[in-house]
Amino acid sequence: MSLNNNILVKLNDVGFQHNGKWLVQGVSLTVKKGQIVTLIGPNGSGKSTTAKIALGILKKIHGEVEKYTNKVGYVPQKISVDWTLPLRVYDFMVLTENLDEKTIDEALSLTGVIHLKDKSLGNLSGGEFQRVLLARAISKKPELLVLDEPVQGVDFTGEIALYELIKKISDELNCGILLISHDLHTVMSATDHVVCLNGHVCCSGTPIDVAKNSEYKALFGEQASQILTRYEHKHDHVHTIEGEIKKN
Amino acid sequence: MFDDFFIRALVAGLGVAFVTGPLGCFVVWRRLSYFGDTLAHSALLGVTIAYSLEFNIALSVFIISSLIALILVQLQNRTNLPGDALLGLLAHSSLAVGLVVIGFLTFIRFDVMGLLFGDILAVTVDDLYIIWIGGALILLVLRLIWKGLFASTVNYELAEAEGLNPDRAKAIFTILMAAIIAISIKMVGLLLITGMLIIPAAMARNISDSPQKMIIYSIIGGLLSVIIGLFSSLEFNTPSGPSIIAAALFLFVISLFKIKQTIKLKN
Repeated sequence: MSLNNNILVKLNDVGFQHNGKWLVQGVSLTVKKGQIVTLIGPNGSGKSTTAKIALGILKKIHGEVEKYTNKVGYVPQKISVDWTLPLRVYDFMVLTENLDEKTIDEALSLTGVIHLKDKSLGNLSGGEFQRVLLARAISKKPELLVLDEPVQGVDFTGEIALYELIKKISDELNCGILLISHDLHTVMSATDHVVCLNGHVCCSGTPIDVAKNSEYKALFGEQASQILTRYEHKHDHVHTIEGEIKKN
Repeated sequence: MFDDFFIRALVAGLGVAFVTGPLGCFVVWRRLSYFGDTLAHSALLGVTIAYSLEFNIALSVFIISSLIALILVQLQNRTNLPGDALLGLLAHSSLAVGLVVIGFLTFIRFDVMGLLFGDILAVTVDDLYIIWIGGALILLVLRLIWKGLFASTVNYELAEAEGLNPDRAKAIFTILMAAIIAISIKMVGLLLITGMLIIPAAMARNISDSPQKMIIYSIIGGLLSVIIGLFSSLEFNTPSGPSIIAAALFLFVISLFKIKQTIKLKN
């Protein structure tokens, strides 16, 4: 069992059927501590479904999920909050776990939205809301983070800074991250393992392995493959949340 | 102290308002007002069963309402009918069956108006015990399931993903709904219980910016409605339930002016 010590969640040949149609099938993957696993694939390829299977949101699945942690932070792709509920950012931060003010402030500062703490959640822009969602997920210092398109609607500089933040969180908390994104540029620099989905696992491995895979090329085109390989170079600077550039 | 029927009614009504305040907020948030109606309508059947078997009314209503909630879940899983059609089906058929049963029970004299709209004269000291002890239990259980229920009200998937067991919270909440209907049926009457749940909560929504505030204002609104409603019921000789609900509506209308003012201030 010592081999399993670092495993947070393991999907064994899982699948999910809805109204007789397979949304995704035959997916096996493992997320370990300190590892970032990225799911990529076209629309409708079953990325979100796979995440929901891993989280235990979807019941009646095929295959099995082994989960070795209860400390989970989740950023869903779509969230429809009902605005008949008066909810401030603060109330949302303590939604699933009671946190002290300091922890809340830290998390909101990290994603650059501390000034919104007392604002009503319904008045936030898409990008602001996304940053709050991410802050909420990381504030409880989870062992497993599941991020479904975590930077959608965030401006370009912010996007890069948030991906840097995600990488930093994975290092600092030593948590495992299951990341879903279709933005190949920014994701790949930080990812340890890529799973390319198209209703099933079409290929998986390190970013470079996947980029060279012919099925991947067929799915995303030659250009996408070049993006990935180009990402072997190292950055000599980072972008802060505010968009400033700092030398490493 | 409880000799006077009016004091009894007041104590009973205030007890009910403490519980309908927070539960009503969840009814508004989770869009369950029609569901509340359905449970309340089925309460008539519970009352008739209690009379014919000489059984405690609150307990009988609680059992029947829970049973109807269970049937609803089964129907939702087994048919393709939309939720509101199923609720209407259960609400009206249980009301109808209840009235038919009353028709058969010719040996008992029923105050149907009292059942439908509440009757302050009917509140006994035993009822006060049921309301205050039952109400305290309901609030205690609500406190225990609060985290999971509230989180899943905001977003089911977040609550489920982060291990809060929203399905269990929802099931327990349904039982609490049946319980509040059971303890408040004598006060407000079965046609108006949903009003007692949603009108103070709707009023509170107009003037709150956080969930905790909304619950507190909803309780205060309910308490005021009971006090204003019962005193005017005594003064004008009107039925207690409708008077309380009319008072709640009055407070709701006032809360609308509060909104207008804040909008003006912003401009």
